[in-house]
Amino acid sequence: MKPPKFDYFAPDSVERALALIAEHGDHARFLAGGQSLVPMMNFRVATPSALIDLNGIADLRGIRIDDEHRLHIGAMTRTREIEMDAQIARANPLLHAAVPNIAHMQIRNRGTIGGSLAHADPAAELPAIVLVCGAAIQIVGPGGRRSVGAMDFFEGIFETALRDGEIISEIVFPTWPAARSWAFDEISRREGDFAMVGIAAWFDLDASGKISASGLAAIGAGDTPLRLSSGEQILIGRSPGADVFARAAEAAATDLQPASDIHASAEYRREVGEVLVQRCLQTAWERSS
Amino acid sequence: MTADRRLTLHVNGITHSCEVEPRMTLADCLREKLDLTGTHLGCEHGVCGACTVIVDGAAVRSCLMFAVQARDSMITTVEGLAASDTLSDLQQAFHDHFALQCGFCTPGFLTTAEAFLSENPSPTRGEVQSAISGNICRCTGYVPIIDAIVDTAKRRLESGK
Ligand SMILES: Cc1cc2nc3c(=O)[nH]c(=O)nc-3n(C[C@H](O)[C@H](O)[C@H](O)COP(=O)(O)OP(=O)(O)OC[C@H]3O[C@@H](n4cnc5c(N)ncnc54)[C@H](O)[C@@H]3O)c2cc1C
Ligand code: FES
Ligand code: FES
Repeated sequence: MKPPKFDYFAPDSVERALALIAEHGDHARFLAGGQSLVPMMNFRVATPSALIDLNGIADLRGIRIDDEHRLHIGAMTRTREIEMDAQIARANPLLHAAVPNIAHMQIRNRGTIGGSLAHADPAAELPAIVLVCGAAIQIVGPGGRRSVGAMDFFEGIFETALRDGEIISEIVFPTWPAARSWAFDEISRREGDFAMVGIAAWFDLDASGKISASGLAAIGAGDTPLRLSSGEQILIGRSPGADVFARAAEAAATDLQPASDIHASAEYRREVGEVLVQRCLQTAWERSS
Repeated sequence: MTADRRLTLHVNGITHSCEVEPRMTLADCLREKLDLTGTHLGCEHGVCGACTVIVDGAAVRSCLMFAVQARDSMITTVEGLAASDTLSDLQQAFHDHFALQCGFCTPGFLTTAEAFLSENPSPTRGEVQSAISGNICRCTGYVPIIDAIVDTAKRRLESGK
């Protein structure tokens, strides 16, 4: 189908974009890569009266590592740029590994990190990565600038902490310890499809070889990406190994809140979620030792 | 502002001028305003890949981009792959490997493969498989398509092209 009529504006600054959204009000939407919004418009599920295109705002784009080794990614940075960027492979290998799982090359050539977070599909990869890394989402809006931690950003299916007229400007990932063990894995029907379930995992070791910090997150297993804290807690203070990973996976599975749909049943998702946690922890450990 | 806008588009090395509504997708503009009907529309929601064109070097879905967004870009459609009436090497390889039957999906595969090979001139078979994962073919089957792309990459490397 074809989208209904709308006004179109292509501002070249954030200030101008904010002024335009304020002027055009309730039914105006920001357009980023268009890879979620335009399909919804073609289906007429979304019928914005105006589109404020963010593609011409250079300030919203780019990848930078600051003096404290934090990784900053502008909201309008395309997922394909993240995939091809050599410094991201070092600055956050987990993010780098997750990105090729997003859709297909043609979609990644347009889709943006900010668009994926704002859209907040519960099966999307990037929301889980920002969550498991404890990244901060920088927002600019009519009330000025604010920063929201990933833990507080995802509120429900396609629902976030973004309020009317607000733009995600940048995502800031905390410093990635060079020795960190990590893995990402997902199960989908075909390459590029949304995951039925996916897991992102990392852990750090202290001087005595015990796990001192850990992160586990799931996609496709709830209304939002989920942090699997029961599994994380099992890992803390223990030495990595198959037994500990199995126990952590069993505990992590109790944090999953899967639903049944045409893609998979809740039982299947829970089962696969547990297997993937175990597999990710094992892969993480084997890769780093 | 919903009214038609005068637009300049650079397609296959030619600069076109046309009037479009903001809601006109790039795919519809190419087909209906510029009469470049080689770009096909299958699903119009990003799933099938038939509408793939190359915008500033990158393969993208022309059903998910509005024509007004392409105003400063260099666009290549399937019509622009061959320099003259002779098929390009990639097109010839599709022919040789029987990589098409009805041909509906073919423009999308060709543009995807062309953009992919310019980024990755010596791909593995697996990388080719991933690169075309976003293109659906309902009748040929993917093996001959992968063969054609792998073969083109090999020939280009051999001839230093
Ligand atoms: C066939 C297909 C398969 C896909 N498979 C996957 C997949 O496996 N995994 C996955 O994660 N995604 C998948 N996607 C979705 C894709 O990754 C989208 O690109 C992404 O979800 C949205 O990003 P976008 O930049 O295209 O945003 P848009 O579609 O432009 O926008 C999405 C929403 O976010 C808002 N928005 C965008 N940017 C901002 C901003 N900076 N500030 C505030 N609001 C903003 C828009 O107003 C809109 O409401 C798929 C899409 C398609 C078509
Ligand atoms: S018509 Fe664009 S992807 Fe199917
Ligand atoms: S050749 Fe018929 S759909 Fe591919």
